[in-house]
Amino acid sequence: MADETPKPEELIQIDHRPPKTDWMDVPVDIRKGMYCYASNPKSVEYLGLPNARQWNPLDEDWQLPENWQEIIHEGFKERLEKFRSFRVFMDICVRCGACADKCHYFIGTGDPKNMPVLRAELLRSVYRNDFTRMGKILGKINGARPMSLDVLKEWWYYLFQCSECRRCSVFCPYGIDTAEITIMGRELLNLLGLNIDWIATPVANCYRTGNHLGIQPHAFKDMLDFFVEDIEEITGVQVDCNINKKGADILFITPSGDVFADPGTYTAMGYLMLFHYLKEKYGLDVTWSTYGSEGGNFGFFTSHETMKRLNSKMYAEAKRLGVKWILGGECGHMWRVINQYMDTMNGPTDFLEEPVSPITGTKFENARSNRMVHIAEFVADLIKHGKLELDPSRNDHLKVTFHDSCNPSRGMGIFDEPRYVIESVCNHFYEMPANTIRENTFCCGSGAGLNAGENMELRLTGGLPRANAVKHVHEKHGVNMLACICAIDRAALPPLMEYWVPEVDVTGLHEMVANALIMPGENERSTDLRGEDIPGREVVEEESDIESEEQADEK
Amino acid sequence: MNLRYIVPLIAVILLFLISYLGAQVSGLQYLLGVVVPYLAIITFVLGFAYRVINWSRSPVPFSIPTTGGQQKSLPWIQHSKFDSPANGWQIVVRMALEIFTFRSLFRNTRMKLTQGGRLSYQLEIFLWVGALAFHYAFLVVLIRHLRFFTEPVPFFVQLVENVDSFFRVEIIYPAFKFGVPGVYLSGFVLLAAVSYLFFRRLFVRQVKYISIASDYFPLFLIFGIALSGILMRYFAKIDVTAAKELTLGLITFRPNIPEGVSAIFFVHVFLVSIFIAYFPFSKLMHLGGVFLSPTRNMPTDTRARRHVNPWNYPVPVHTYDEYEDEFREKMVEVGLPVEKMPEPAAAKTPASEPEQAEEKE
Ligand code: HEM
Ligand code: SF4
Ligand code: SF4
Repeated sequence: MADETPKPEELIQIDHRPPKTDWMDVPVDIRKGMYCYASNPKSVEYLGLPNARQWNPLDEDWQLPENWQEIIHEGFKERLEKFRSFRVFMDICVRCGACADKCHYFIGTGDPKNMPVLRAELLRSVYRNDFTRMGKILGKINGARPMSLDVLKEWWYYLFQCSECRRCSVFCPYGIDTAEITIMGRELLNLLGLNIDWIATPVANCYRTGNHLGIQPHAFKDMLDFFVEDIEEITGVQVDCNINKKGADILFITPSGDVFADPGTYTAMGYLMLFHYLKEKYGLDVTWSTYGSEGGNFGFFTSHETMKRLNSKMYAEAKRLGVKWILGGECGHMWRVINQYMDTMNGPTDFLEEPVSPITGTKFENARSNRMVHIAEFVADLIKHGKLELDPSRNDHLKVTFHDSCNPSRGMGIFDEPRYVIESVCNHFYEMPANTIRENTFCCGSGAGLNAGENMELRLTGGLPRANAVKHVHEKHGVNMLACICAIDRAALPPLMEYWVPEVDVTGLHEMVANALIMPGENERSTDLRGEDIPGREVVEEESDIESEEQADEK
Repeated sequence: MNLRYIVPLIAVILLFLISYLGAQVSGLQYLLGVVVPYLAIITFVLGFAYRVINWSRSPVPFSIPTTGGQQKSLPWIQHSKFDSPANGWQIVVRMALEIFTFRSLFRNTRMKLTQGGRLSYQLEIFLWVGALAFHYAFLVVLIRHLRFFTEPVPFFVQLVENVDSFFRVEIIYPAFKFGVPGVYLSGFVLLAAVSYLFFRRLFVRQVKYISIASDYFPLFLIFGIALSGILMRYFAKIDVTAAKELTLGLITFRPNIPEGVSAIFFVHVFLVSIFIAYFPFSKLMHLGGVFLSPTRNMPTDTRARRHVNPWNYPVPVHTYDEYEDEFREKMVEVGLPVEKMPEPAAAKTPASEPEQAEEKE
């Protein structure tokens, strides 16, 4: 990957001027580095989704069913009838262009078909031809065109260059959400078996093993046990970790990515330490689950139905274990699904209780129906009530900025809770420029299932606006740590930072919480969870060196 | 040559000429002044209703508001009421801000990339100003036109007229004052704003790239309408009494063509009729659609109140029992609790397994 990716100096040469040629006359060029590999037929088949076969996007022949045009037409019609959003968004765009330069993929690539409005026009052009009279009569000058194999390929290429981040929808005077159009478009593509493997295989894994990575229950337990050992080495405290425990107070669900790969693992360790602390001090019993070992939901990037199939596990597991309510870890699209879809799809949740923090007595009114609380809300409430003993100076070597992840921002609106937590656990916090945070936040460039290795150029260009803003605060304030509340971010941002702003590292919120958390009976800490010395607290004996080397080996 | 605006331009010019010439023929006056407007109104009403009903027939399966601000959560966290509305009246305010002030458009920024590879996003207010000027001018013109359909003229129409012509004295129009009751600002603002929106489409390359015929057509048409109106009022100086007789006749269903109505008036009425009839079949329906946009008109209290999807249907799921059946031995081995203890010999093999995960995430 790295050897083929252009240098930053080359990638920053972006021409945002569209070509002279009419966009319908510019044929799609499926370019290496910009697309993800095709879905593995075994995964498609395991889920019982249509047209499982080996195929390659670069091939002329995509091995579509005979009547594929009819399938698309009927699928389009069905979705117009089922989703008002789709129908209205197809009809009311005035092409004012306000959304055009709001998309990080357009900013990063300059490819006009990455302007949200044009991405939507890719579908709208077919809609005009198939479903409106005006389109049929006037044809191309009115932006209509019939479906063809080239159009289909163009759909595929550009719908998998949209991270469903919704930034465009903030600026549209009618709230047209190109993410919604992408969601519909991807559903249509899936009717023909045109998924990417980075989505299809995690979905199949999740269906079978409970998580995207395909970690089986025993291995999942091993991984958590491993964190327990690490924590003991660093803090001297042996934390307990409930898995699949019936009758626990709360079920905890978080993306498996954090259990699997750095730097997410440190956030996972942070959760374990927090739960141990709450158990010791307040008797709160939290359990993890192996059947529900995935918070994320790549089904969301496949179809509404697949999303529902994967999401069903959360409530099913909560019911089986008999917990009171569910606590959700840090994740992006997971929270869009939980916040805007879960209750509707798989509710109502009468087998759970309305969530109340047993420690502070706070009722989480905003989650009283779907009964799932975000860990940043939960922890912000604990800190506000003085229930956590914290030493923020342990994070003094960090100059932190916060990346608002797209989905929790524009599909949930969780902005101030994580900020409150950050400011409680570390002393140096700097915001990026206002146009790049909160509801205006820029995507990591890898959302909606696009965080594969083979499309690295797409990820680096799409992540450019985010990286550029980080670079700004790095130069201005010496920021060296980029915090986020999303597991995909923790996988996607490190290579992005390494490429554009190599001086900045990536962390989760609860890694910083755990570093500041004073555990009952803990040793004086000389290193943070990464096993790196905390400046000013190094133990001079050799022992700590050996420890951190061991840590390094394990990674 | 870009057919996407040449064709609509020619179309509007042709419409202009057809009506102008038609108005010279006395037989066609009835067609232009009575039949066409009635047909246009009928098309508008039926078409508009059809479109809105069609939209409403598609349900809103999920509550998918774009949260443009802090959610309502803990009591000590400031809730952004109008960007992330959690109940009915907050939504009403959000929608009102969208509809009357184009709030989302006001957020518009323009991205710039400097030589040094630095991105910036500056406030870009012209589109907002232009769009707002255009719509309010349009609205004022619309209200003023009620004068032609009412007798006596309602007070609010008078009021709007007074405000609209208020600027006359100060501004440099002495030349126009020969016998004209007053210069209405709105008509000129409308003309200017339409011109701005058109030149924007012509000269901003990204906007030009996305524009299609149905983006240009209404602009030319509105330009033609405003121009013919201004010509009538300030230059041709038509017989207003006769014109009002005609329009009142239309509204009271006693249509007639009075003497002395000039040709330019028929042009004006004809272009308006085309506009009205075209409306329901075009993007102008954003007038209705903006009210139905689920990213704006839905509440953000989606975890507090369950939104019901009328077509929610059961889907195949992988149950816990199926899961445990596959992994029971392994779970027991590492001491994970199970529902059923394994029977010693009954080892199961699952029918098909997906490819084992490579390192994902
Ligand atoms: C009688 C009702 C309306 C009419 C006749 C109308 C007409 C138009 C027309 C012709 C345009 C196109 C401008 C262009 O092509 O550049 C336009 C654009 C626009 N309209 Fe409306 N509109 C109406 C109601 C509304 C309402 C209620 C809203 C409130 C949200 C709205 C918001 C906009 C915006 C933001 C634009 C973008 C400006 C642009 O395209 O340059 N309109 N409208
Ligand atoms: S901002 Fe909205 S109306 Fe304007 S071009 Fe984009 S999608 Fe269309
Ligand atoms: S949702 Fe995000 S990625 Fe997709 S078009 Fe809009 S801004 Fe671009």
